[in-house]
Amino acid sequence: MIPATEEEWDIEITPKGSLFNLPLADIWHYRDLLLLLVRRDFVSFYKQTILGPLWFFVQPLFTTIIYTFVFGNLASIPTDGLPQPLFYLAGITAWNYFADCLVKTSTVFTANANLFGKVYFPRLILPLSIVVSNLIRFGIQMLLFFIIMIIYWIKGAHFHPTIYLLSFPILISLMALLGLGLGLIISAMTTKYRDLSFLVAFGVQLMMYLTTVIYPLSVVRSRYPSFAWLVEFNPMTSIIEAFRYGFLGQGTIIFSSLAVTTGTTLLILLVGIFIFNKVERNFIDTV
Amino acid sequence: MSKAIQVNNLSKAYQLGEIGTGTISRDIERFIAKVRGKEDPFLKIGEENNRASKGQTGVVWSLKDINFEIEQGDTVGIIGRNGAGKSTLLKILSRVTAPTTGSIKIKGRIASLLEVGTGFHPDLTGRENIYLNGAILGMRKAEIKRKFDEIVDFSGVERYIDTPVKRYSSGMYVRLAFAVAAHLESEIMIVDEVLAVGDAEFQRKCLGKMGDVSKGEGRTVLFVSHNMAAVQKLCRDAIFLNNGNINAIGKTSNIVAEYLRSSTIQKSIYHISLPDNHESMMCYATQLQIEDVNGKLQQEIPIGHPWQIRVFFKVNQRAESFIIALSVYNSSDLVLRTSWSKKSDLSTGYYEAVFKEDQLIFSPGLYSLSLGLSNYEQSIHYLENMAEMTISDVSSSTLDQTIVRVNNVGVVLNPMYITIAESPVGKRI
Repeated sequence: MIPATEEEWDIEITPKGSLFNLPLADIWHYRDLLLLLVRRDFVSFYKQTILGPLWFFVQPLFTTIIYTFVFGNLASIPTDGLPQPLFYLAGITAWNYFADCLVKTSTVFTANANLFGKVYFPRLILPLSIVVSNLIRFGIQMLLFFIIMIIYWIKGAHFHPTIYLLSFPILISLMALLGLGLGLIISAMTTKYRDLSFLVAFGVQLMMYLTTVIYPLSVVRSRYPSFAWLVEFNPMTSIIEAFRYGFLGQGTIIFSSLAVTTGTTLLILLVGIFIFNKVERNFIDTV
Repeated sequence: MSKAIQVNNLSKAYQLGEIGTGTISRDIERFIAKVRGKEDPFLKIGEENNRASKGQTGVVWSLKDINFEIEQGDTVGIIGRNGAGKSTLLKILSRVTAPTTGSIKIKGRIASLLEVGTGFHPDLTGRENIYLNGAILGMRKAEIKRKFDEIVDFSGVERYIDTPVKRYSSGMYVRLAFAVAAHLESEIMIVDEVLAVGDAEFQRKCLGKMGDVSKGEGRTVLFVSHNMAAVQKLCRDAIFLNNGNINAIGKTSNIVAEYLRSSTIQKSIYHISLPDNHESMMCYATQLQIEDVNGKLQQEIPIGHPWQIRVFFKVNQRAESFIIALSVYNSSDLVLRTSWSKKSDLSTGYYEAVFKEDQLIFSPGLYSLSLGLSNYEQSIHYLENMAEMTISDVSSSTLDQTIVRVNNVGVVLNPMYITIAESPVGKRI
């Protein structure tokens, strides 16, 4: 008897797929979808507004003003000798990118259940599109950062970009991948049991205070040496410190912790993809 | 011809009830069983999916050991009652969810249309949504660009193309959405009951397009619908699913007939439930029975045979210009014929009317009956689709020479001979 398997099949649907199977060819085929989703996020954000994309400036700008007032003036937390608005804005811009990637990715299954339930496309496209849309938003917010930089430069404030500015693309990728990886893990874990999703929103908020957004690492080290490890342990700390050092010439670059951050990020990303792949196939039944 | 789809022992189990704390203990149980290399305890307790009956466990098999093959270029209808597993099958085929056991092998690109307008964003314009939706369905941007004019033309919403779709009427929305999907270039197309929307003109257009897709372009189409007329028109073959099993598979006309037969309760006597105020009505019917020519009750009438329908009714007040009428509808709810009695004046009492025909000349299938009692052409007691009857096939040798196989959409008016007489039996009903 000639087995039927002799025929060539394009798609095989089986109960379990391989876990580390990254459907790269599939994702490549759907690259237009990725771009269109990014466009959708971007365009639908400012449809029917007068200020349009200018709204991207509002959130970091006002946060910076409030932080300058509360943490800079009321609490008098030193800022490594940098102008306070510049110091906060650098931290906020970077942190926001990471936080947006994380929060949006963590709800990707629940928020898009309707879409996922009706059409097949490589599921990773959506988290990837989130990372890219946020990158555009981040780019616009960096513009604001540059404008403020120029204003302070004209006013003659003390700061200077350093050679570490070149690490900027790496830092962005690290933030993106870390947010993506953590988001994937959380989104996969919340498809069946929603408990974790309650943690994300305020967890991210709390984590910001363990990151050097509103204070420099040097201050924690000198004032609370016994707790400094807690802040240094946070992978985002070394990224933000390096980010500030690159643009403003102030901050604490620790290469060992940057290396650890890179390792952690890759590990989290791998685990994220692993769990995401596992859950993706059946999540629509339990979400 | 080579195969396009091959389904092997496909099963899908679903968990009933809410997912909560009770589920996590079972998840742990399953995990332990998996680690120890044992069979999944979750699946052992699964039972047949019958939505109406109460089950013992919280696990059902929405599909159980399904096997079939589809050749390239076939159009296959999938029919069955609600909850028979049709949508589950389509979901697995379109890779939205994975099967519990078994496998499916597919040759060629597959495009599924489980819903029209998936991923439409209300704030984006029609133009933007065509691109987005096309990409979601798997088209490349260049491909959409090439077909853009064709899509807009097909949808017939050109004037609104630069308006956000949230301003569209629901019909326009659906038109645009279907237009995108209809222009997919894939070897296999899966369509789930999307034609139920849109106006009559557009539905015809969609059906026509789907016909082109399967016949003209030689693509494989799987079509789920409750609209038997559409299934019969489009599909050569059909699969009848029932409680997660394949009940029958074969030529569409046979399968549809079988489905219709199975989906109704066959009776030969229909008691008529009356409204509370029936005694104040001038007249009302109490019972209808389907009989052969000797007055013997029948559930099925073979084609070409004599038959009759007996209706018992009561007249409360003297009815002048009384008419009793009976209509026969086919399975698409199209009235095939109406027979009515001569006008007569009836005094108070119990009556029975017999509608009689020497040769039943409808094609085999399921038909429904409506009954009306009226005086001076004013309806007094009207009962729509109050009874079902089956006309069964007979072997051609026993068939009378004079019988012509009729198409089931012909209309013949008043061919029956009707008598009305006093009925002593009617009093006891």
